[in-house]
Amino acid sequence: MEKQEEINLLLQKQDLEIDLLLEVIFRQFGYDFRDYNKAHIRRRILHRIQTLDLKSISELQHKILHENGFIEMILRDLSINVTEMYRDPSFYLQLRKEVFPILKTYPFIKIWHAGCATGEEVYSFAIMLKEEGLYHRAQIYATDFNPLVLETARKGIYPVNRIKEYTQNYQNAGGSQSFSDYYIAKYDSVILDQSLNNNIVFAEHNLVSDSVFAEVHLIICRNVLIYFNKDLQNKVVKLFTESLIKGGFLGLGSKENLMFTDVYEKYQIVDARERIYKKKIQI
Amino acid sequence: MIDNQLYKTIVIGTSAGGFKALKTIITELPQSFCLPIIIVQHLSPQSDGFMAQYFNQISHLQVKEADSGEPIRPNHVYIAPANYHLLIEKDETLSLTVDEKVNYARPSIDVMFESAAMTFQNRLVAIILTGANDDGTKGICTIKRLGGLTIAQSPETAEVGVMPKAAIEAGCVDLILGLEEIAKLLSTLCHRPKGSIQDQ
Repeated sequence: MEKQEEINLLLQKQDLEIDLLLEVIFRQFGYDFRDYNKAHIRRRILHRIQTLDLKSISELQHKILHENGFIEMILRDLSINVTEMYRDPSFYLQLRKEVFPILKTYPFIKIWHAGCATGEEVYSFAIMLKEEGLYHRAQIYATDFNPLVLETARKGIYPVNRIKEYTQNYQNAGGSQSFSDYYIAKYDSVILDQSLNNNIVFAEHNLVSDSVFAEVHLIICRNVLIYFNKDLQNKVVKLFTESLIKGGFLGLGSKENLMFTDVYEKYQIVDARERIYKKKIQI
Repeated sequence: MIDNQLYKTIVIGTSAGGFKALKTIITELPQSFCLPIIIVQHLSPQSDGFMAQYFNQISHLQVKEADSGEPIRPNHVYIAPANYHLLIEKDETLSLTVDEKVNYARPSIDVMFESAAMTFQNRLVAIILTGANDDGTKGICTIKRLGGLTIAQSPETAEVGVMPKAAIEAGCVDLILGLEEIAKLLSTLCHRPKGSIQDQ
C-alpha cells in the first residue's frame, strides 16, 4: 500500500499547485478560473507542462508571474475556442422556426452572444437574421473574456478548408441562398461579407466577474456552461435571466440544461432537444 | 491477485467493432451488478444517442448518455455523447468539453481514462476493446501507473486488434482476456445482497 500512498500524496500536491496557479492568475491578471471544472483545467495545464518540458506546475506559475506575455498563452490554453459555423445545424433550424417569428414582432431586437470565441457562430447568426429580413433592426453583442479571440472574430477571416463543411451546415440549418454569396475566397482564407459586421459589437465581457450590460431579446451561450461548476453555472444563468426581457429567449449547447439550475422555474421549454428556453412573462 | 472489494468504477474504451463487443459484455452482466461503467466509443459526430437507448433496452443495467454535471451512480452505464470529450471530476461527477480532438477523436479514450485515473487511482478497472487506432494507450498507462487494474481484449478475438495490441505492447495491461471472460471477471467485482436491488 505504500506505493498507493505515495501516488495519493503526489496527486494531492498537484491539486494544491493547480489551486495556487488559478489563484495567481486571478489575483495578478483578473481572470477567474477557480470555479471551472477541474478535470478540464488539469488536463490543459498538464498538457502545457509537458509541451514546455517543465518539472512542475509551480514552475509554470513562476513563468506566468515573471515572464512578460506568458499569461496570454495560458489564457489561450484555458479558454474554449473550438467552434464552427452553424455548429449543430438543427439548433439554428429550430431558432428559425420557433424563435424568429416572435422576434419579428419587435420593432428593434437586441441579441447577446455570450462566449463567442472566434466568431463563427455570430456570423452564422447574422446571416440568418439577414435572410429573415431582421438584420437591419438588430443589434448583436458578441462577447468573450479573451481579447485575442475577439480580434480574430472582428476580422471575419477563416480558413478556406472548412468551407465545404460550413456550406453543408448552412444548408442543414435552413439557409435559403447560396452560401458562397457570403464570402470571398482569397488564397487559403475566406473573408466574410463585411456588411455582416455593421450591427455586431464585439466586446470583452467576462461571465464570471462582469455584470448585466443590456436588456436583450435573445441570449445565445453554447458550450460554455459545461466548463463551469454548479455554483458558477447558477451565477451565470442568473445573469442571463436578469439580462433577458420578459418573454426573451435563451439558447444553450446541446448538452447543457437549465433543469438543474436555480432559475429553472423562471423558464418554459421551447425546444427540449435543442435546449431553447423562453423566460416566462409572469414569474 | 484481484481484490474484489476494492474497485469502485469501470471504464471502457473502444472504437471499430465496439458496438458488438460492448453489447456482449453489457448483456452478460447480471441485474445484481452494482459498479458504474463509463464508456468511450468513437462515434461519428452525427450520432444521436441510439446506442445508449438500445443497450438500455437489452441489458439489466441503466444505460444512458452522459450529461454534464451528472453524479456517477452504481448500476449505471454512461456513454460519452458524440462530439464531446467526457471527463471524470474529483467529486465523482461527469463533465463534458468541446476541446480539440485528441488522437483524431472526440470523445477520446485517453482524455476520459486519464481523468478517471486521477479520481479513482487504484480503485479503477480499465478495459480496452476492439479498435483500429491507439487512442486509449496513453490513458491506460496512466491508470496502470496510478495503481488501477488494466485489461485488454485479446487482439485475436477482437474484430480489429490494433487498439488492444497497442495497449499490450506499451506494457500497460495486467490481463488479456476474451469478451466473455471480461464479463465474468466484472461480475465478480461487486457483491450486493439479494433483495436489496434498487434499479430505478
